[in-house]
Amino acid sequence: MTVADLQPAGDAYRPPTDVAARDIMDLAFGLIRVLDDEGMAHGPWIPNLSRDTLVEILGTMFTTRAYDARMMKAQRQGKTSFSMRSRGEEAIGATTAKVMGPDDMCFPTYRQASYLIGRGQDPLVMMNQVYGNAADLNRGTQISGMYTAADLGFFSISGNLATQMPQAVGWAMAAKAKGEPTAALGFVGDGSTAEGDMHAALTFASTYRPPVILAIVNNQYAISTDEEVARGSAQTFAQRGIGYGLPSLRVDGNDVLAIHSATSWARDRALDGHGPTVIEFVTYRASAHSSSDDPTRYRPEDEFDEFPLGDPIKRLRLHLQHLGYTNDQANELDTTIRVMIEAKNDEAEAIGTINTGERPPLSKTFELVYETMPAHLVRQQKQAGLQ
Amino acid sequence: MSAETAAGGTPAPGTTVSMTMIEAIRSAHHVMMERDERVVAFGEDAGAFGGVFRCTEGLQERFGEARCFDTPISELGIVATAIGMAVNGLRPVAEIQFADYVYPGYDQIVSEAARMRFRSAGDFTSPIVVRMPVGGGIYGGNTHSQSPEALFTHVAGLITMIPSNPYDAKGMLISAIECNDPVIFLEPKRVYNGPFDGDHDKPLVPWSKDPRGDVPEGHYTVPIGKAAVARPGNDVTILTYGTMVHVAMNAAEQAQVDAEILDLRTLLPLDLEAIVASVEKTGRCLVVHEATRTSGFGAELSAQVQEECFYSLEAPIVRVAGWDTPYPYSQEWEYFPGPNRVLAGLRRVMED
Repeated sequence: MTVADLQPAGDAYRPPTDVAARDIMDLAFGLIRVLDDEGMAHGPWIPNLSRDTLVEILGTMFTTRAYDARMMKAQRQGKTSFSMRSRGEEAIGATTAKVMGPDDMCFPTYRQASYLIGRGQDPLVMMNQVYGNAADLNRGTQISGMYTAADLGFFSISGNLATQMPQAVGWAMAAKAKGEPTAALGFVGDGSTAEGDMHAALTFASTYRPPVILAIVNNQYAISTDEEVARGSAQTFAQRGIGYGLPSLRVDGNDVLAIHSATSWARDRALDGHGPTVIEFVTYRASAHSSSDDPTRYRPEDEFDEFPLGDPIKRLRLHLQHLGYTNDQANELDTTIRVMIEAKNDEAEAIGTINTGERPPLSKTFELVYETMPAHLVRQQKQAGLQ
Repeated sequence: MSAETAAGGTPAPGTTVSMTMIEAIRSAHHVMMERDERVVAFGEDAGAFGGVFRCTEGLQERFGEARCFDTPISELGIVATAIGMAVNGLRPVAEIQFADYVYPGYDQIVSEAARMRFRSAGDFTSPIVVRMPVGGGIYGGNTHSQSPEALFTHVAGLITMIPSNPYDAKGMLISAIECNDPVIFLEPKRVYNGPFDGDHDKPLVPWSKDPRGDVPEGHYTVPIGKAAVARPGNDVTILTYGTMVHVAMNAAEQAQVDAEILDLRTLLPLDLEAIVASVEKTGRCLVVHEATRTSGFGAELSAQVQEECFYSLEAPIVRVAGWDTPYPYSQEWEYFPGPNRVLAGLRRVMED
């Protein structure tokens, strides 16, 4: 684990949104930070955010953490096959969800549950998907955690890594072609930047300059391997954008204020017709890669405590204290959310889990493969004993 | 022929003009881009240049750079951005310069486009058309001659089509563009300019001398999932598609066998009804394709005919296909499953 060039909060300059990429190349090597270790905000990237909005973001992070923990427990109880948490990196989804507009589209990875929650998704809907029960909107067709929510601007998650990045670029190309004031936000992990899909995304973004934000979540690990395996000889992931002539920012991914400000900058730039932005969010994957992973085999157990950018929830709580939102108030919010998550989970389990209660019928597997079921699937459905 | 192939599609409007398959494909683009502003066409050299085979020629001039454009050389990027555009309401028609180059985009086709509707419960769909020239006969060696149809027919969620003549090419491409599922549109490049029948030493008969080159100027469709009877007959059914439709016609004439040749046109979903009706009538079945034999689409056809028509069969099903080797260069005409090989297959299936 390395965080190169840990720039102090408030130190990075904030260029105008129509700046040329070549004039801000240094921002790909520094680190845009607003909150210092004491929770004070500094510098030109301080966003204009109300305390209420910050409390909402805190609530989204609390919800995500409680939700993730509950689903992990459910996995250990055998109620779902698989669980992926985003502990330590909840700020990125929770905050960008507040920046993007109602008609924008997020192309997430499986570690952006906080974006979905931040857009207002009911955790019960997500739990039903995890359990693959009768109420699952995905009809039991997708592995646990691969949500979809078109109405919330949340694209269907693929388990194949980085495929969503050039798709986000294509989505933005269509927005540009239609002249619609919308932007796409694609997320990719540090490890999967190595996929050819990322190169295609950057190339097409560079060629057509559509309104897209290509966000690299550098959480230090690709399952067991350190981020440097994918980063290689480059100093940072943000640096990738420079070769494509794209403005590239490296941002403290555990700093809600910096995330908000940088993403807003990129979105304004996109909507004003200045094209794509690459953002590297530096964060830390505090939990295992998934319920199938054992991180004690490849990293020290206390490494998160040593991570120089800390825990995003603790940092926002500290900042809110300076704004008069007390620790007790935060604890109360956290407790309320945990109780809510338990209640939602009871509700979801009552409908069913992967091996109890009501599940979507096998017929769901045959439906929606095509718009209209072709004859061979009708025949196979009969062979499967349906209808 | 035109009237017959149009059966089930929309009726073709009055005026027809003689077109090559290239012109017919271009015309389909033109008609659809005129009718539906969501339709966009793009690919490597597909913009001002009009594509290396000229299938998109004139479209950029007519519809502007926003609707017909060049892409970087990245099949992955072409397919992936097409998916993203489709998700955002456009109807992309993407050109892959040669089917041999599609593999970098294969993951996006198989794991993304094909499953979008399924995996998102209809929340998102991917109505894209991915066009690509296929097949041999142009001394293209192993990188410009492949017939990868089975790699697509094996994928749930895709529609795979392959026309054999200009009339079908235009009507099928219009159907593909109007379809709300992802369509792989394979274009047998050896018949772009005429119905090549496998006799490479003879001059090519141009489409202008063939009634199947008479193509309506306006909008019409040839339905997805419907085979056509390219030649009616009673003694044996030949199941084939693309270039091999013409090769099979040639072989049947030489053999003086009353063969019924089914031009499958859509490989998935397959017109099993037409296949069963024909094989039950003839009692014999020959399967012909250019693609390599093992796990080729002919294997699927043989299996289905065996399952559905076993008691009507008077002889074992015979397959004529490409050898299980990479496509060669200077041995092209020894390799290509031309009329002599089809003829030998026909004789074998007629033996018992």
